[in-house]
Order: sequence, then structure tokens, then C-alpha cells
Amino acid sequence: MVTTTLNDMQWMATWLLLFPLIGFLTVGLFTKRMAPKWAGILASAFVFFNVIITFVLWSYINTTHQSFQFNLFEWIQFGAISVPFSVSIDSLTIVMLFVVNVVGWLIHVYSIGYMRHDEGIHRFFSYMNLFIFFMLILVMSSNYLMLFIGWEGVGLCSYLLIGFWYKDHLNNNAAKKAFIMNRIGDLGFLIGIFMMFHTFKTLDIQTIAGAATTMPSGNTALLIITLGLLMGAIGKSAQIPLFTWLPDAMAGPTPVSALIHAATMVTAGVYLIARSSVIFVLSPVTMHLILIIGLLTALISGLIAIYQHDIKKILAYSTVSQLGFMFIALGLGSFTGAMFHLTMHAFFKALLFMAAGSVIHALNQEQDIRNMGGLKNKIPLTFFLFLIGTLAISGIPPFAGFFSKEYILSAAYEQSTLMGVITTIIALLTTLYMFRLLFAVFYAPESPKVQSEKHIHESPWVMTIPMMVLALLSLVGGFVQMPASFNDINLFSNYLAPVFATATQLNHAVYQPLGTTFEWMTLTIPLLIIGLLIIWMYMLFAKKSITDHLSFWEKIMARKFYFDELYQITVVRPMMSLSKFFREFIDEKVINRLINSIGNDTLLIGEKLRLIQTGNIGFYLIIMVFSILAILIINFIR
Amino acid sequence: METIIQPLQTIPLMYYIIFCSALFSIGVIGILVKRNALTIFMSIELMLNSANILLAAFSAYRNDSSGQLFVFFIMVVAAAEIAIGLALLISIYRSSHSIDIHILNRLKW
Repeated sequence: MVTTTLNDMQWMATWLLLFPLIGFLTVGLFTKRMAPKWAGILASAFVFFNVIITFVLWSYINTTHQSFQFNLFEWIQFGAISVPFSVSIDSLTIVMLFVVNVVGWLIHVYSIGYMRHDEGIHRFFSYMNLFIFFMLILVMSSNYLMLFIGWEGVGLCSYLLIGFWYKDHLNNNAAKKAFIMNRIGDLGFLIGIFMMFHTFKTLDIQTIAGAATTMPSGNTALLIITLGLLMGAIGKSAQIPLFTWLPDAMAGPTPVSALIHAATMVTAGVYLIARSSVIFVLSPVTMHLILIIGLLTALISGLIAIYQHDIKKILAYSTVSQLGFMFIALGLGSFTGAMFHLTMHAFFKALLFMAAGSVIHALNQEQDIRNMGGLKNKIPLTFFLFLIGTLAISGIPPFAGFFSKEYILSAAYEQSTLMGVITTIIALLTTLYMFRLLFAVFYAPESPKVQSEKHIHESPWVMTIPMMVLALLSLVGGFVQMPASFNDINLFSNYLAPVFATATQLNHAVYQPLGTTFEWMTLTIPLLIIGLLIIWMYMLFAKKSITDHLSFWEKIMARKFYFDELYQITVVRPMMSLSKFFREFIDEKVINRLINSIGNDTLLIGEKLRLIQTGNIGFYLIIMVFSILAILIINFIR
Repeated sequence: METIIQPLQTIPLMYYIIFCSALFSIGVIGILVKRNALTIFMSIELMLNSANILLAAFSAYRNDSSGQLFVFFIMVVAAAEIAIGLALLISIYRSSHSIDIHILNRLKW
């Protein structure tokens, strides 16, 4: 048995960051001359090293039960300010490392198949590795500034990958939209960081959490800090009111949607709040706000998802809805629940996106579900995997989604029955849109497009095997955390317990423990309703194609509650006219004129003044003599 | 030193001042009225030397030899200035066959 020391682990953790960085550079710089497949293989290999390291770190933390922190190098150091570039590994980090590396690796492998014929394949894989690098910085950093670097870095990669097919103008607009809306959130994050520095004189996460425990609950400084961080999280995790970028972000390649816009980057906001659990718990106002935002987001995006026609957009709104669910968990103070749902969601949502990618692949880039239908027998493996993903996200036992949602729902019921009922109803929306999608794509009568398509084929192995692994994870992943009424397994919550210990201790909200009967009721009744909903959806969508006829309310939902239009009128247009005013009036009429007049006036004055220079030396001499005389006389008089 | 100073001091200081002022004025007027570049140079020399004489005179009256030292410096500078000036004059003469300063107004702008 090899004894692993702390030093080895630090070395490992450093390589965890270095592998994807090296991957980014090598794939980006050197693979262009090689055969296209090498870019994918190389990039996947680097992430695979990371997967191995993740397991090693996990076993180390498991055996020692200790987190560790170390400086990579001194980064900012002047005066009293000291921000080292330091890495901390604890159980929360390990959970995120699993999500980022394992899911990330599977998606890398899947992309080898999916992006096979794309001419920009090296660019794609180098961006993907860069994304993994920044995401790891985000989850491994031990201070908020370094976290912010990762935060911005993943935003950059998201921008680059949404606009990956940059020749289409729409993709570029989507990328810009994502970037700009994220900037709004980042402003809040920055304010939070400044305020933290002002209050605590440090940016170290642990130190701040320690110092905050001595502060009274509801402290104004903490309120500002948490509101700032929340704003950042809202932007990154696509919550109301900054959620409209995520559906548009589906313009990127499907693996990107799976990795960045479903499994990892968008969950960074949830991670941030979970990481700062102590200061959030000490600010009840923010917690309530998180809860309200989560509820609204989950509800609204769930409703929107029911009326979309683009397979990826439905999944995108579903992601927003599930992120809203994680926010509900955070708002309820159940950080473990949020992290649990985050992890499980990463599995089944990545699976769903990859399966959707497989459908799109089979139908030659067709994304409209009205042009699908009857694919059940044509691509049975994809159907099977999609079905598993759907069952998992709908919360049907024994799939992962059931356990993670149950965990959040029981937290809601513990706060109040009303809360629990509301959350349950919102959770039921998932069933509606997911089964509508499933039936419309795989069961509905074949659309003309499907009938005319001769080459509907199953995806290659390199794409299906990663999906199978994720399907397996979606199936068994939930078993690490089971409610008392089943087996009472608490591996996940026990694993994260040390990280959230302080927060749990500080949380003063009153919880009523649930009776076993009540808990069974909260489990079985929703399951019954889910069953009925599935039958309803089957009748609506499996037998006939989707109708375009919508009632008034349905139209509102189909048009996404007019959020985009609202922002267009309230923000984009005023901004545009203001910019126009600045360009046409301030810039051209004021600044330009000022600058030009300086040049013109100088020329004019020169034109007049040069006539003094006659070239007559006698004249110069007279001027000189009289000037000297004048100076002398003035000196005399004084 | 004493032996030189003695006879110098026999003439009152005011005479030196008047003499030098006269010389200097002649130099200034010469510069202003003459058109020949060579004459102008000579006038400049006249002005410089009037200053020299005055320096020497003050030096003698104040028993301070640094004034006379300055005289030598001025002579050196004047020599250098004349060397450059004459060189310029020669090159002007070569191009325009004249040393009339009015011809130089072609250099304007």
C-alpha cells in the first residue's frame, strides 16, 4: 500500500489544474496539422487524468476526513492586502470535482463523435479544456477573488462556445447576450467582493466564514455582501430576472449545452451560495429572497418549457427550472439538498442533452420537435437513454431525480406544509414538459420530415457509451441519499456535513420533523399525480402531432411570458437610444468638434503669426535691441 | 599685479564706463545700420570688447582678478563665434555671391 502524504495530494491538486491548461495549449496550438480525431482524443485524455486525480483526492479525503489548503503562489501582495493563489480541497470541492471532471470527461468523449465532421474541432476541444480549467479554479479556490477569476473564465468559455459557429449571426448575438447578462450579475459579485474586503479585510473564504459567525444575524454589511453574491449567482445560474440568456445559449453545439449550460457552469451560482453558506444563513432577508427567486424561476420556466418547440430550448428551460429548484433548496437552508440535486441534475441533464444531441445528429441538425415523431423504433438506443433521463428528471423512483427532489421537498415540508405543497406542484411541472417532449419526439406520428429522411441512424459508440455511463449514474446515483422511509442512507449528507456544519448550527429557522405517515403521503400522492400526468401527456402528444392552436394563456407561456420583449423595451431600446445619443450628439457634435477645433485653431493662428517672420535680419536686430532696452528699463523702474 | 593696477587706477573709473558705453553704442548702431555682414561682425566684436575693457577696469579697481579671467573666456568664445560666423558667411557667399544680409530674407518660412 502506497502511503499518500499531504504533499503528494498538493502535488496532485496542482496537476488537476495543470492538465486542462496544458490540454488547452497543446490542443489549441499543435493539433491543427494532425488528423481531426486527435484533437478530441488528446483533450479527452487530459480530462481523463483529472478523473483519476479526482478519485485519488476523494479517497484521501475519505480516509483522513480532513480538508487541506495550500498556496500555489503569492498573487497580490501590497500593504495589508494579501491574496494568495491558493487551493482548498474539502468534501464540497470533491463533489464539484466529480461533477466537473467525470461529467466533463464523458461529454468530451461524446464530442469526439458529435463534432467529428466539424472543421473547427481543435478550436472546440481547446475551448472545452480551457473551460474545465476555469471551472476547476472556480471550485478549488480558497478565496473569493480567485473564485471570481474562474467565474469570469467560465463565462468567457461559455461565450466562445455559444458563438462557436460564428459564421451565423444569430449565434454571435446569443453569445453576446449570455456574456452581457452575466456581466450584470458579475457586477453584483464584484460589489460583494469589495464589501467583503471592506468588512473583513480578507478574501479568504474560511476566514470570512469564521469572522462572520461572531456577527449578529441580519447585519447590514452581511446583507449587502450576500445580496451582491446572490446577484452574481442569479446571473450565472440563470435565475429570474437574468434567465433569458440560457435558452438562447442553446445556439452552441449540443455537447456545450450539456457541459456548460446544464451540468457545470450554470450550477456555479448554487455552488457559490453553498460555499458561502455561513454568511448567507446569517442574512435571513437574502435567504428569503433566494427562496422567492427559486420558486418564481422554477414555476415560470417550467410553464414556458411546456409550450416550446425546440428540443434544446425545452431542455434549457428545464435546466432553468431545476436550477430554480436548487435555489429553493438553498433558500430553505438545505445546502446539502441543493448540492445533491446539483450533482444528480448534472448526470441526468447531461444525459438528456446528449440524447437530444443524438436525436439532432440522427435527423441532420433538426431541432424542432414538430418535425420529429416516431423515432422510437428508428433509434431505439437513444430512445431508451432519453427515457431514463426523462424518468430521472421527473422524479420517478428509483432514479436519481426522485431522491434529490424528495430531499428538497422534505426540507420544504419541514418548514411548512404550504411550502411543501407549492414546491411539489412546481416539481410536477417537470413531468409535463419532459413527457410531452418524450412523446412528441419518439411516439407521435412520423412527421413529413422524418418520413423523407432516409438515413436516420443510431449514433456511433463513442457517443452512446458516455450516455450509457450517465444513464447508469442517473439510475444508481440517488442511492447515496435515501429518505428514512426507504433505507435511511445518508452518505451524501454525512459526506458534506462538515462543510455545512456551521451554517446548520446558525440556522435558526424552526423545523418540524415529519412523521412517517406524512412522509409517505408526500411521496405517494405526487407519484400518483405524476402517473396521471404521464397518461394525460400520452393521450395528448403520443397519438397526434402537436397543434399550433393555442389559447390566450398558452400563447403567453409559449412566448416566454414576453420576458425578452419586456427587456427589449425597458432595457435594450433605452440603452440603444442612449448610445445613439452619445454617438451622434456627444461624440460627434461635442467631443469631435472640440478636438477638431483645437487643430483648426492652431492652424489659423499659425497662419497669422508666421507673417511676423519677415526674414529681414535688420528688422530682427532692431527688435532684439529694443527688447533688451525695454528689459533694462523695466528692471530700472522696478 | 600691483604694478599693472597702479597706472590703471590713475584714470577715474567713470572714464572707463563712458568710453565703454560709447564703444558699445557704436557697435549697436553699426549692427543696426550696416548691411554688410562682415561689418556687422566687426560691430559685434566691438561690443564684446567694450564689455571686456569694462570688466578689466572693474577688476583692477576692485583688486579682484576674476574679472580679468572672464575677459579671456569671452575672447575664446568670441574667437569661436567668429570662426563659425565666417564659415557661414563663406557658404552664403558661395551660393549667392553676396554678403548683403538683406539677401538672407529668402530664408524665411
